[in-house]
Amino acid sequence: MAAVQETIDRVKSIDVSEYKYGFFSEIESEKAPKGLNEDIVRFISAKKNEPEWLTEWRLEAYRRWLTMQEPRWARVAYEPIPYQELYYYAAPKTAAGPKSLDEVDPELLKVYEKLGIPLNERAILAGVEGAAEASSRVAVDAVFDSVSVITTFKEELAKAGVIFCSISEAVRTHPELVRKYLGSVVPPTDNFFATLNSAVFSDGSFVYVPPGVRCPMELSTYFRINEKNTGQFERTLIIADKGAYVSYLEGCTAPKRDENQLHAAVVELIALDDAEIKYSTVQNWYPGDAAGKGGVYNFVTKRGDCRGANSKISWTQVETGSAITWKYPSCILRGDNSRGEFYSIAISNGHQQVDSGTKMIHLGKNTTSRVISKGIAAGASQNTYRGQVSSHRKATGARNFTNCDSLLIGNDCGAHTVPYIEAHNHSTQFEHEATTSKISEDQLFYCMQRGLDAEEATALIVNGFVRDVLQQLPMEFAVEAQKLIAVSLEGSVG
Amino acid sequence: MLDVRNLSVSIGDREILKDFNLTVADGEVAAIMGPNGSGKSTLSYVIAGKPDYEVTSGEVLLDGENILDLSPDERAARGVFLAFQYPVEIPGVTTMTFLKATLNAIRKQRGEPELSIPDFMKRVNAAAAKLDIKSDLLKRAVNVGFSGGEKKRMDIFQMAFLEPRFAILDETDSGLDIDALRIVADGVNALRTKGRSFLVITHYQRLLEYIVPDKVHVMAGGRIVRSGGKELALELEKNGYRDYVEAEVA
Repeated sequence: MAAVQETIDRVKSIDVSEYKYGFFSEIESEKAPKGLNEDIVRFISAKKNEPEWLTEWRLEAYRRWLTMQEPRWARVAYEPIPYQELYYYAAPKTAAGPKSLDEVDPELLKVYEKLGIPLNERAILAGVEGAAEASSRVAVDAVFDSVSVITTFKEELAKAGVIFCSISEAVRTHPELVRKYLGSVVPPTDNFFATLNSAVFSDGSFVYVPPGVRCPMELSTYFRINEKNTGQFERTLIIADKGAYVSYLEGCTAPKRDENQLHAAVVELIALDDAEIKYSTVQNWYPGDAAGKGGVYNFVTKRGDCRGANSKISWTQVETGSAITWKYPSCILRGDNSRGEFYSIAISNGHQQVDSGTKMIHLGKNTTSRVISKGIAAGASQNTYRGQVSSHRKATGARNFTNCDSLLIGNDCGAHTVPYIEAHNHSTQFEHEATTSKISEDQLFYCMQRGLDAEEATALIVNGFVRDVLQQLPMEFAVEAQKLIAVSLEGSVG
Repeated sequence: MLDVRNLSVSIGDREILKDFNLTVADGEVAAIMGPNGSGKSTLSYVIAGKPDYEVTSGEVLLDGENILDLSPDERAARGVFLAFQYPVEIPGVTTMTFLKATLNAIRKQRGEPELSIPDFMKRVNAAAAKLDIKSDLLKRAVNVGFSGGEKKRMDIFQMAFLEPRFAILDETDSGLDIDALRIVADGVNALRTKGRSFLVITHYQRLLEYIVPDKVHVMAGGRIVRSGGKELALELEKNGYRDYVEAEVA
């Protein structure tokens, strides 16, 4: 209730069509030479002091990538990406492995302060005194261009046995875990963008929760692209060992630029027996300007493997940014009785193009999955839900429920639903529901008659439309997401 | 309070209100009765500011200010309230959330601070008591899954909550059973004050037994064709609208 009011206030207080995270920070950086070849791959690997097996792993992926074709099946259109014109590595000069917050470049801390991301543990602690429950705090891993600049609350997490650090650090400190699980869900050969990522991945988070441990706080990573013409190749690996539980959230922003920026991420989740991973994304990359110029190309491969029996993986995403979104967080339901969930809010405005959805691959017996997708298209945008649900011959008792609702605002946008459903055994039960509706003039007039202006009314109606999904987000982020929804719909009503 | 002067309104090529005139004094309850298609609902929508209607001439003055150029929300902030003939559903938005958003939006337009949560709750509870609304109903999405009668009652409840200066009740009695009608009428009567006026639009005299009007106007063919006191409603009940419709056709 208060959140709706906040949404409304936020809409009011920000200029229409103003992307508030669009600032660029003057931070001296060290870059790899422009373009991509084997030397660049070696350069990145060397920068990170990686062991030889990983350098070889990258090179193999790079060679494979050279033989691959960029996928064209998604309902998105864009000019060819000049891969040789991009920088594949950029790091703030001062960021080389700070041990504590005192060593972090104050300029960098200022950037995160401006973004509203608290990196100062003491300040966070001070802020929650009185309500000093561990669960109300959030540990943050901050990734700036290609490197992780700081991870907070590490010591406290270590007490619980939880490993939370950048993946570069994990390669050095926990090589056995990285080697065992890296590429085990999304193999380096998986698809064009995942293969590119495998060759040049920069940084991202690594999480390991040991058997039987419930992670004592929310974990989150905050991704920021700052440098010009720089691709960001996030790589995140999360492992919940037997009976473990972890909730993880990522947030993303980038400066306003006329050029398109590439973000090709790979996220792998592994849940062993009785483990649960909850992964939430609030994606607000720069969407481009009103004429459709600039913006981030968000080409992301996210996949979770319910490897153990009774395991559970749940994806929740709020996608409001990016010029193009190509993203299908999926679950492989391998363990018997495992469960996959996908909750999505995808909003497109202006000239944004979204092609997003999920895959639920039922392999184990009595596996269940649930898909709730809310697509909202405004302006001249195109919004596609693409989802695959399949059950293997041996996946007896597999069940899926899918619900895709699309909401159109205005007359120049499009919403599309493309489901692929394959059942390979007789005991499978798959349900699919889809609706498409418009915000009706009657609803708008009704709200306005009661005192809300056109934008407040739209924000209220849309927040109602996405309510089922918002409720899946961790409390701390639900309010943030609600604000973001209102902001990203600005200028969508005449 | 309200002064409608020489108002002509069209939708497309069709002229619906023709040089329409009406005055509602402060504290007055005015009833408008008339056959289907006489322009009653158009009048209510034009006063509230619904798009799609073209005002070709005339003015609607609220306390001397012409409100025709104001947006619906600006009119709401000045105290105009329309209880809809068909209240709209808003899935996923609870009535409680809706009430808070609307009240605060109005208060902001008026330059007043937001109401504190306890004050807000007091106001909700007072209005709910007047209309005999159970609190669990307020946690449900606005009008979703409600019967026609429940929707009408919820709309009058919103009116009691927002405390408008000028309220229009558009066919509020249709769909209400006799018990609900009595509750709604009691709710309206409790809101009658010197500073608040009502325009009650209805087909039937029945509602006016419970909400006794100060004036009754008969509308036909986009105009007011006769005005009188509350006894006029009884006469209409007996003779129907035939005389007026025939006069219009002739």
